[in-house]
Parts: sequence; C-alpha cells; structure tokens
Amino acid sequence: MWDYSEKVIDHYRNPRNVGKIDNADAVGEAGSLACGDSLKIYLKIENNIVTDAKFQTFGCGSAVASSSILTEMIIGKTVEEVRKITNKDIADQLGGLPPEKMHCSVMGYEALEDALKNYGDYTDLDDLRNEEANNNKEEKIVCTCFGITENVIWDAIKINGLKTVEEVTNYTKAGGACGRCKGAIQDIIDTYYKKTKESSLSPAQKILKINNIIENQISPELKKDGGDITLVDIDGDKVLVKLRGRCSGCKNSHLTLKAFVETTLRETVDKNIEVIEV
Amino acid sequence: MIYLDNNATTKVDPKVLEAMLPYFKDEYANPSSVYEFAKRSNHAVRDARGVIKDFFNAENEKEIIFTSCGSESANTAIRGVLNMNKSKRHIITSKVEHPCVLNLYSALEKEGYKVDYIGVNSNGELDLAQLESCIDSDTALVSIMYANNETGVIFPIEKISQIIKSKNPETKFFVDAVQVTGKIPIDVQATGVDLMSISGHKFHAPKGIGALYVNSKTLITPLIIGGHQERGKRAGTENVPYIVGMAKAAELAMDNLKHEATEVKRLRDKLEANILKNVFNARVNAGIMSRVPNTTNIGFEYIEGELILLHLSDLGICASSGSACTSGSLEPSHVLRAMNVPFTAIHGSIRFSLSKFTTEKEIDYVCEKMPSIIEKLTNISPFQEELQALKARNRN
Repeated sequence: MWDYSEKVIDHYRNPRNVGKIDNADAVGEAGSLACGDSLKIYLKIENNIVTDAKFQTFGCGSAVASSSILTEMIIGKTVEEVRKITNKDIADQLGGLPPEKMHCSVMGYEALEDALKNYGDYTDLDDLRNEEANNNKEEKIVCTCFGITENVIWDAIKINGLKTVEEVTNYTKAGGACGRCKGAIQDIIDTYYKKTKESSLSPAQKILKINNIIENQISPELKKDGGDITLVDIDGDKVLVKLRGRCSGCKNSHLTLKAFVETTLRETVDKNIEVIEV
Repeated sequence: MIYLDNNATTKVDPKVLEAMLPYFKDEYANPSSVYEFAKRSNHAVRDARGVIKDFFNAENEKEIIFTSCGSESANTAIRGVLNMNKSKRHIITSKVEHPCVLNLYSALEKEGYKVDYIGVNSNGELDLAQLESCIDSDTALVSIMYANNETGVIFPIEKISQIIKSKNPETKFFVDAVQVTGKIPIDVQATGVDLMSISGHKFHAPKGIGALYVNSKTLITPLIIGGHQERGKRAGTENVPYIVGMAKAAELAMDNLKHEATEVKRLRDKLEANILKNVFNARVNAGIMSRVPNTTNIGFEYIEGELILLHLSDLGICASSGSACTSGSLEPSHVLRAMNVPFTAIHGSIRFSLSKFTTEKEIDYVCEKMPSIIEKLTNISPFQEELQALKARNRN
C-alpha cells in the first residue's frame, strides 16, 4: 500500500475541476491508455491569465491528485507564471509523492507544457540544451515500451536533479518495462552531468554569462523586495557579489545568497559555482 | 471491513488458532528430543503429517515435507528435481505462473537452462498442443500451476500429466497448488502429479507454513541443508505450532469443500452477475467454465485499477488489482497480458476473492456500491467518446 499524503488522498477522493472546457484556448495531453495513465488538460485564457482549467485523467490515485491540484495551481495565474511550474512544484504542493509515483507529477507537467506549446510564442525553459542537439533529439524515443523521448528524460533529470536510472524510471516510467533502454538512460544521465560539469564556456564567456544572469534574472527578483545585487569579481568558480538596498544587513541575506543566487547560477552556468558576499 | 482478497491471504480460522496455542505455551519441546515431554510435540507433527497426507491423498506420510511457505515449497521442488537430473537442461512452464516460480525460472535461464513458456488463450486456458510439442528427451521438469491466482482459471492437471507421461515418462511434473487448496479437492494420485506445493495462509492457517508433496518415485536434493528433519529433505527444527495449525486448517478445509463449491460459488456468481448487469464498462477477464469457486477478475474499461481499489478501500472493501500502479512495477499483470486482455480493460482489472467467511450481506453491499464508484471514476476518464460508444454498443 502506498503512503499517500493527506493532500493526495483528499484530491483523489474529491478531485477538483474535473471535465472538459468546450471552447478551450489551450488543450494539452500526456500519456496513453496503453501505458496505464493519460491526462488531458483544458485551459481558458483571458488577457494572458488562466481563468479556468479542467482535466480528465485515466490513472491511479496520485495521477488524479496531480491533475486536480495542478488545475488549482494555475487558475488565476499569468501564462508566464504557469510556464514556470514544474513537476516538482506539483509534487511539493501535494505534500510529496512516493518515489515510484513521481511520474504522475511529470505527466501533469508534460500535459501543461503540451497545452502551452500550442499557445502564444513559446521558448523552451531549458537554456542548457544546445539548440542543434535539441532539434535532433526532438522525436528520439528512448523507451519504446512507454514511448518516452530523450527530451522528457532530459527535463526530468534537470528539474529534479535525478542521478540514477532507477530515479529516471520512477519519474518518467522509461526503462520500467523490458528494461532494454537502461543503458541509453545511463548515457543521457552521463551526458547531462558531463555537460554541466565541464562547462564548455571560455572564461570570458562565463563572466559575460554570469553578469548577464545577475543583471537580467537575479537583480530584478531582488528589486521586488527592495534589494539589489552587483557583481564584484569572478575568481574561477567563486563569484564575489555585493548585496545592496534592503538585502544588505538583512538577517536572511545568506539565505538569499545560497538558496537563490547560488542556485540560479549553478543551474544556468556551472554547478560548481560558489557565491560569496564581499 | 469487507475482505474480498482471500487469494492474497486469509483470516486464521479461530479453530486453527485454538489448536496451535498449546504448542506455544506448554508443549514447546523439540520433537527430536528423547524424553517423554518431547513425545507430545513429536506426535503432534506426526499426526499433522497424516492429515496433510490425506489432504493431498498421497500414498504415504513420507511423501510430505513441511516448509515455511509456498515459495520455499516451489523452490525446493524445482531446484530439487533439477539437481537430481543434472544431465537434463530443459524445463517447461506457463506464462501465467506465480512470480515465485517465474522469477526462479528466469534465474535458471541465466544458469544455462532452456525454459519454454506455454501461452494461454483469452479465456485463460493453457495451450496444451504447444505443451505437448515442447516435451522432449531433455525435458527434466514440467511445472504448471493448478489454478491461476489472478483469474481463478483451473488447468486440466490430470490431462497435462497424461500428456507428459506419454511423451517422456522420465519428465517430472510439479504443480503449484497454492491457489486451489481448500477450494477444490486435491488428489495427487488420481492426477498423476510428482510434486505439489501448498501454502497454509491461503486456507485459514497462519503465514509462515507450507508443505510439499514429493512422491516416492521422485528424488530431490534439499534446499536447506542441516539437521535430519523431514527425512533430510528440509533441515530446521519443526515449526510445531504452525504445522499443527496447518493440519487443523486442512481438516477444516476438507469438511468445507462442499460449502466452497455451492455457497461461496453462489456468492461469487451473484457479485459477478450484479456488476456485469449494472456497470456497462465491466467485463470478466476469464472464461467462466472452469474456475475456482471463490475468484472473479473483472476489467473496468477506461478506468484505472488502483483508483478503484482506493475508493473501495474508503468504504472498507478490500480487493486487489492487476494494474501496474498498484504494485509499483510499471507494467500491468503478466497474466492478463498473456491472455491478451485489451489495453482498455487491463489497467482497470479488479480481483475479488471470497472465502467461507464471506457473507451474503457483504456481497450485497459491494453490489450496491460498485456502480456508483465506477460511474464516478468513469466521469473523470479522458476517454468519454470511447465510453459513450461502448455504452451504446452494450445497450444494443
């Protein structure tokens, strides 16, 4: 028996927003009947805001709960906000899912991604992925049993920090049937971590990229809270910064540095980056 | 609570527990000891062996080995026979065996054995022609379950035995009878079986006790080596209270066979007929001719099994599913796949298994609740068009 959280139980017992929107502005699908779970999500979007969302799910308790809570999470949000939602957010909102059931949250994320792909101008979240390789990979199916593509596996690794084939199977189902693709999954994991580790950026490119991300991504977020940040120097993997405004002297500033600034730079530039306040 | 998962395990019969208690409290002697005090536990094991001999309708008490469970019985039988016939490297089994047997065969394949897996048709019946064609001079063992645990379909053991012996009289025949014990009569002599395994907890004895019948013409090596217990075929101090408990359960089961064939079957049929009548997207996953009387496996199309089980559980109803999600494996039941149950129904398959303790009131309650649960879950399904088409088709 699964140890489902109270929230999961509540949502599969009383799923919210079940059904179909007839004149939906965006519709997304993920999974299939053959694979044992499948989800359709319908969105009504007005003035760039999701005003209504409904779902239909064929799947287990955690699949229904993931779909149900996802509709609650997106109603009232802007399209940009909705695009930032990942499977991890869905699982977190549910108070966690058993590891073997994480693929249910991934299905929710995939259906949402599918819906928004067909809506407005869409740019992929994953700027780590090399454009060219991306084009080649687009339709490459790794797990033929469940029809899982390399992109889906790559996203799951990236969003959830997966390290082993077993984790990839729990999150995407890939490799869960005949198991013949386990070698290929390991290769994807290896490639992913090699890429992040041995950043192919030249020192000058790296400095530019770090500066860019601090200016365009990090600083605007801090400004919302009345603070700011400036880049002082870069010494190898050490990024020296100065916190300004309300951030300077804030007793939670070390949290801002570690949990936000450092995480963002690690995810986007190099996972070995260490941020130091000067 | 309404317990309809008796193929998974059963409630210990109070009479069984009562028979066991003295051997936990006062009669704790090791049956191998020489003093007078040990005689009673020694005799208890001896008497139990006699009861189990009758339960199998074996010729001799020496043909009974007590084990710890069904899996140990099966492993002892299979490994034991193969070790005694080292020159033969071929095994035949079915695609729908219990995992305790199937996983052992996949391990044996890695050790160099050739294993043929016999298929089943959509009614769950074994392909006997394929079985016959597979047997050759190198076949050490044929291993077929008596009835399938998921669908309840009974295999024609006597006929299979005749086929085997006519093709190769030296080939041994092992039958995993765990799922029929207490449900239909067993007779190893009439069916011509060489080895047969049973497990106590499937017929109201506790978990942790099993038995293996090995006929006197079949030699096996032990799996557990140590003392002289079980005539050297299974070392380890006899589990006296559990052996006594299983014998009591066997006695009760023999007395109860008629009740199984009539009353339990009547309730099972009532449940099945009711669901089929009131739920348009329900279908039985088996031919209904030859089944153990307590089991039905029903596929609910376009909805998923775990979700059904969770909603049943909310009402205190316990059943099981062949769905992938229930087990944590990502694939649905190997049994239903071997039967080619359509994708639309395989993930939504629910097994109800009754026992002598199941009451009419309980079955009526499940019959009453089932249609509304399925209707609620059907409404969540993304396959509304397919469901409407199915509804229209079934109405005509």
